[in-house]
Amino acid sequence: MIDAALRLDDVACVRGGRMLFRGVHLTLAPGNGAMLTGPNGVGKSSLLRLCAGLLPAFTGSVARSGGVALCDEKLALDSDATLHKALSFWAAIDKADPAQVDAAIDVMALGPLACVPVRMLSTGQRKRAMLARTIASGAAIWLLDEPGNGLDAASLELLGYAVERHLANGGISLVASHQPLSIPAPVTIHLPDHQVAPE
Amino acid sequence: MRLVWLLVRRDLRQAWISAGLWLPVAFLLLVASLYPFAVGPDARLLARTGGGMLWIAALLASLLPVDRLIAPDAQAGVLDQMAARGIGEEMIVLARLVAHWIGFGPPLMLAALPAAALLKLDSAMLVRLEIGLLIGTPALAALGLLVATLTAGLRSSGALAGLLALPLAVPLLIFGAGTLGDGSGAALKFLAAASLLLVAITPFAGGAALRAGRE
Repeated sequence: MIDAALRLDDVACVRGGRMLFRGVHLTLAPGNGAMLTGPNGVGKSSLLRLCAGLLPAFTGSVARSGGVALCDEKLALDSDATLHKALSFWAAIDKADPAQVDAAIDVMALGPLACVPVRMLSTGQRKRAMLARTIASGAAIWLLDEPGNGLDAASLELLGYAVERHLANGGISLVASHQPLSIPAPVTIHLPDHQVAPE
Repeated sequence: MRLVWLLVRRDLRQAWISAGLWLPVAFLLLVASLYPFAVGPDARLLARTGGGMLWIAALLASLLPVDRLIAPDAQAGVLDQMAARGIGEEMIVLARLVAHWIGFGPPLMLAALPAAALLKLDSAMLVRLEIGLLIGTPALAALGLLVATLTAGLRSSGALAGLLALPLAVPLLIFGAGTLGDGSGAALKFLAAASLLLVAITPFAGGAALRAGRE
C-alpha cells in the first residue's frame, strides 16, 4: 500500500443537467484520511463515485493509484448465499487471501453470522457486512458512503478502529457522512462550500 | 481467464438458485404438449409444422429469463462493485453470455427430445432440429442478454424486451426453421452466420449499454 494515492484536481460534477459542485481539490497520500461533509443531496455520493471511476468528472481530473473499495448504500452481496460465501466471492475477485475474509468478519464482529444467509441480516448487520467486504478487499483506497448509517454505538467504535488501522497500514480513506463520526480524518471537505451559487 | 471462470461460476449458481433454468424448458414442453390440442392429432400435419413450432417456442422461451439476467445485479450494486475493481463491462457481459448459454442452450436441446416425440417428428428431422438449436441457441442467449443490458434500469422491462428482441430474432427464426426442410445446408450456414454475428457483438454492445446505464 506504499504507493497508494488519490488526487482530485479542480473537479466539478454535473448530474441531470445541474452542477452539484466545482473546484474540489484533494490530495491524499498513504495514511491520509479525509472526511466529506454536507447535508443530503449536496453530492457526497457523486464525489465518491467519481473517485471510484464510476462517474466521469465534468471538469478537472481524478488520479488514483492503488485499488479502490467502494462501500455505498448498495449491499452487492448475493442474498441467498451465506455471509462467508458472499464475502469470499469478492475476495476471490480481488485475489485476496481467504484468511482475510475471516479476519474482516472478526473485525466487524460478524463471526456468529458467518453461516447466516445474507437476506436474513438486519440493517446494521448489512452495513457491517459491506464494511467487512471493504476490509477484506485489501484495497488501498477506501471510499465509505455514510458508513455510520444504521450502526449501533459498539459497531461505530469497530468502524473507527478499522479505519484507524487501515490508515496506520498506509491506506487512504475518504468518508462521506452527514453526521459527525469518530473516524480519524485530518482533512475535511465541506461540500456546500463548493456549490455553485444560484444566479 | 480465472476472472471469467469466477464470474461464470457465480452466474450459474445464481441461475440455479433462482430456478430460472427450468422456465424455458417448461415453456417449450408446455407449447409442444398444447400444440396437438390446437391443430388436431393428425400425425402428418404435426410432423410437417411441429419443427417450426418448436423454433418459435425456443425463441419465445429465450425472452423468459431476460429480467433476471442483469437488472437484479444492477440494483444490488454488484455491477458497480465490478466496475470499481476495474473489470471491463465487456468482460462481465462475456462471462454472463457463457453462463447464460450453459443454463439455456443444453437444457432446451434436451427438452426438444420429448417435445419432438409429442409432435411426431421423425429422427432425421430431430437431428436437424438439434443441430439447428446447437447453433442457434447461443444467438438466442446473446439476444436475450443484449436486451437485458439495454432494459436493466427500466420499469416494465419485460414487455419492452419482447419488442426489442423479436425483430432482431427474425433472421434466426427464418434460417433456424429453414434448416428443417433444407438438405443443402445453406440455411444452416446462414443460421451460423447470424449466430456468430450476434454472439460477437453482444459483449461490446452490452458493455456499452451497461456503461451508459450507470449514470
